[in-house]
Amino acid sequence: MSVFARDSHDEAGRQQPYSRHSNGLEQFFGYIQGEHGLTLLDLSGASQASVGLITGLGHRLYSEDLLQTLDELFGRGDFYANQCDPERIERLLAQSLNLPEASCDGALVWDLLEYLASPLLQAVVDRLRRIVKPRAYLLAIFHGDERAERVPTYTYRICDARTLSLAPRGLRQPAQLFNNRAIEKLFQGFEAVKFFLTRDHLREVIVKR
Amino acid sequence: MPAPMPTPPPPRPAEPEAPRGVASIGKSVVIKGQIFSREDLYLDGEIEGTVEVPENRLTIGPHGKLQASIRAREVVVLGSVQGNVEAGERIDIRKESKLVGDIKTGRIIIEDGAYFKGSIDIVKPEAARPPVSSRPAVAEIAAAAPLAGVEPKP
Repeated sequence: MSVFARDSHDEAGRQQPYSRHSNGLEQFFGYIQGEHGLTLLDLSGASQASVGLITGLGHRLYSEDLLQTLDELFGRGDFYANQCDPERIERLLAQSLNLPEASCDGALVWDLLEYLASPLLQAVVDRLRRIVKPRAYLLAIFHGDERAERVPTYTYRICDARTLSLAPRGLRQPAQLFNNRAIEKLFQGFEAVKFFLTRDHLREVIVKR
Repeated sequence: MPAPMPTPPPPRPAEPEAPRGVASIGKSVVIKGQIFSREDLYLDGEIEGTVEVPENRLTIGPHGKLQASIRAREVVVLGSVQGNVEAGERIDIRKESKLVGDIKTGRIIIEDGAYFKGSIDIVKPEAARPPVSSRPAVAEIAAAAPLAGVEPKP
């Protein structure tokens, strides 16, 4: 059985994007409803759907495919051992998430934190905390099966304020998988953490800065 | 029985090239400095500096490597750009292209497979449209002036 939450393929056997309702996304957009001219950070890379929706709501979008950047910086050799190298961590933070303090009104982090080894994970969470405004929200996603050796990765595209399209990017070994307690500990410097359980073994988390 | 006709080899995919009638800088050209164009421009070489095509379309070809700030009415990216882009009407980032920089534009199209890192500001076309150069502005005023002098018919 496929470990992907949905298993639709095209004629060539490639997995196809699928859409799903997202309570976390709905909540995220609910918090910024009625606002205009916000700066939102999307770490899943730019897609026409996400760009169109966010800019269509009158917001500014800062977009980066951080998983691709991680692969470029840490991909040669042992991906996770490389993430413990302080010099490489510095290099990542110099070229990514290098935004002014409190410049973002919200961040879409998706499942990225699962692919960060401990020293880098803490550095990225600290950086997110610095660049996101107080009382702004982050949306992160964690896999529900804490024993999985490899998990599906996706590019997350926002179809509308409550629907995501997930484009599969293959399977990947996570640095670590988080239970609720570990997630709360990860965001202990933030004001609040709210969980949404989903039917496809993903745990959506809204974090208030 | 007649011998079967030999199958012709499949045509090689044509290298994208500048459309006819468009100013073009080829893939072996390296420029450091400032480029200003009053006509559509196709850049397929290496450019470092600034590129301004305020009233026309700028196309960065698949071999194009720009480390430049760009200002144009319309921008199409097929190659690689590092620098901020201001596209008054629209920017079109095609698959397999790469753009690292901040974008200000009236409209954006991003194909799947394109790499983009930076911020996107959608601005109203009037606000995003680069200021029209002084010469056409003068022409507009000159054309309007005689009308101002026409007296209404009784």
